[in-house]
Amino acid sequence: MKKLVVGMGTCGLSAGAQASYDRLRELSQGSECGLSITGCIGMCFREPLVEIREEGRRVIYGEVTPERASEIWNRHVLGGELVSDWVAASWSGGEAGGSERDFLALQKRIVLRNCGIIDPESIGEYEEQGGYSALRKVLFDMTPAEVIEEVKASGLRGRGGAGFPTGLKWSFAAASPGTVKYLVCNADEGDPGAFMDRSVLESDPHAVLEGMIIAARAIGTGHGYIYCRAEYPLAIRRLETALAAARGRGYLGGDILGSGLSFDIRIKQGAGAFVCGEETALFASIEGERGMPRIRPPFPAEKGLWQKPTNNNNVETYANVPWIITNGAAAYAAIGTENSRGTKVFALAGRVARGGLAEVPMGMSINDLVMGIGGGIKGGRTFKAVQMGGPSGGCIPASLGETPVDFENIPKTGAIMGSGGMVVLDDTTCMVEIARFFLEFTQNESCGKCTFCRIGTLRMLEALERITRGEGRAEDITLLEDLAGKIKEASLCALGQTAPNPVLSTLRYFRNEYETHILEHRCPAGSCLALVEFRIDPGKCTGCTLCARNCPVAAISGERGKTHLIDTAKCVKCGRCLSSCNFSAVLKA
Amino acid sequence: MEETFTYRLWRYDGAQGELIPLLQSAQEHFGYIPRRAIKYISAVTGIPEAAIYGVITFYSQFRLQPMGRFVIRVCDGTACHVSSSRMLIDAIQDELSIEVGGTTADGLFTLTTVACLGCCSLAPVMMIGDETHGRLTPASVRRILKDVRRKAAEAPSESPKPACGVNP
Ligand SMILES: Cc1cc2nc3c(=O)[nH]c(=O)nc-3n(C[C@H](O)[C@H](O)[C@H](O)COP(=O)(O)O)c2cc1C
Ligand code: FES
Repeated sequence: MKKLVVGMGTCGLSAGAQASYDRLRELSQGSECGLSITGCIGMCFREPLVEIREEGRRVIYGEVTPERASEIWNRHVLGGELVSDWVAASWSGGEAGGSERDFLALQKRIVLRNCGIIDPESIGEYEEQGGYSALRKVLFDMTPAEVIEEVKASGLRGRGGAGFPTGLKWSFAAASPGTVKYLVCNADEGDPGAFMDRSVLESDPHAVLEGMIIAARAIGTGHGYIYCRAEYPLAIRRLETALAAARGRGYLGGDILGSGLSFDIRIKQGAGAFVCGEETALFASIEGERGMPRIRPPFPAEKGLWQKPTNNNNVETYANVPWIITNGAAAYAAIGTENSRGTKVFALAGRVARGGLAEVPMGMSINDLVMGIGGGIKGGRTFKAVQMGGPSGGCIPASLGETPVDFENIPKTGAIMGSGGMVVLDDTTCMVEIARFFLEFTQNESCGKCTFCRIGTLRMLEALERITRGEGRAEDITLLEDLAGKIKEASLCALGQTAPNPVLSTLRYFRNEYETHILEHRCPAGSCLALVEFRIDPGKCTGCTLCARNCPVAAISGERGKTHLIDTAKCVKCGRCLSSCNFSAVLKA
Repeated sequence: MEETFTYRLWRYDGAQGELIPLLQSAQEHFGYIPRRAIKYISAVTGIPEAAIYGVITFYSQFRLQPMGRFVIRVCDGTACHVSSSRMLIDAIQDELSIEVGGTTADGLFTLTTVACLGCCSLAPVMMIGDETHGRLTPASVRRILKDVRRKAAEAPSESPKPACGVNP
């Protein structure tokens, strides 16, 4: 009996998985072959993915358009033949194959244990994988104190960015006096370039719910919230389905499984503010206010949501918990490095060949992640740097590629672990422009409460804009460094405290790029529009006249059907010719 | 989450933290948050209009102006940015003759940007309504816009699909 499984996470759907699914449904109607959906297995770069499961063999096909779906149906499902050209990964009798074999083989999947395997909308499939057995163990074989000790012993540290030891955090909230306490799951995932939490919520929502219910037992709370960003409609939908199913099975609600524990979870949708990922701002947002961070202390374990003791953890942190309870703290602590135990999920994106999700033991080197799992740089270009930690993080140059990725070593480079977004940059990326990009982001997202964060970042942004326009002043670098120090010192929350990091880290490793912009008015990466020249490639130009018609200053000349020419003296470098050309004939350098 | 705005208002029992869900359902209902919705919410909840306005302007999801039938959300997150999302924005601005934040004269499109749609591996990415499009180029964006425009002309009565972030 064969079963077809279509990857229907946001990545699959945006690559067209729905049409392939519809085609397979039509074809499989009336046949013995089963058809179901799953979340994201992490190979986003090969979406849409379709897997065929049969006795002793699993085959995942990549880039399955409806046309390919029909052919796979005819040749593989009906004909029993492997369509080897399209196989992304396969397992047959313990033997792995397929072009992306390495992508999965180099991983250690704990958080992603069910992602891309089970149907996220079926609680039964989660239970078949051992789901909710950890909860039973916690409810009937362990005391809350033992649960906390177990999590402490596992060495699990928060995956939301700061890396605070989870067991310790739970013990604070548990010890805090009061009968009403809250449990919060931070699913705001605002770092641009990070999509681990989205994938987990879309692919295995019950793992997060189970982790939360276990935490509720350990801490002693009856009310839970999941704060999910509104840009993740599919995650919210699947969470709602999962919540209803868990209530139906008695895992949520009053007197859970007859244990006496009462606990339920509500979903709160974010409304588009990055700072609401910061936990105290997140509480303000759940309370219906402007999402402004609050002064600490008091810490959330004392006074959090609605001024009551609150424990907040990240999605991935909770998703680790059931595995730790089931397999034991020692098994978890055996993975990773001395001070960073277990695994971490990374979102590989940017100029990397295999962009997707990968979960690896802590301490794997950047090179192994980017070159090994990620398959190197797209289009065979040169690996320049990797951006980690989003707007609070920094850029690590390729020369430090042997750095182990963990909570000790990444901060030494000036970047941070962050939530796990890894944006890979190649030689076409300008480092000043990247710093400007992040400063623009934090400038926009600053809630406005602290003067240095609000105005200081604006002054830094202005300096960076000057530099990328080729109008930088010699003293701008000192100005940036001076402002950076002050903003770090005088900001209330980590948004401001870390906002200068992208500038400081690029200044540390790529200072010469700043200097070339300022002194030579040149962008070495050929990326800053104001500092490059536009040309037309005579080999590609078809003389369609579109660029000439789009040029606002009439700098392009040429007859229809003949190669066009850009008058660089007239050109204002608006880039319209480049974006309008249908033949990639406009070059900038 | 699927209740209508009026039902939510009517059901309001003074529970804390309801303001943002109320605003979200108002925006879903009207397509934006009209002045009168602020008045209704203020009257029912007792929260001053000025405070409600303060919350609306804090969150980028909320809009005080009507939006086009199709909201285009171009991702300008890190991954998309280094994959030339700026060129997509330029192409759309050029194709539709509007700036970011603007709405076309025929009320068909509103152009916005967003920092990361979580599909970074398909960068550069944009959403039109609730459909995500990945691996874009300026040329493919223009083609998609023309397609949407043609389909809209063929089926003018079909109600617009709400954009994802607006749809609770
Ligand atoms: C500006 C800012 C944004 C943040 N965004 C997130 C986020 O999107 N998701 C998250 O889990 N934590 C985020 N955090 C960290 C949270 O404040 C908090 O430390 C974390 O949710 C705690 O969970 P953990 O202990 O499981 O890591 C952010 C912090 C700051 C300062
Ligand atoms: S950066 Fe565009 S989807 Fe993430």
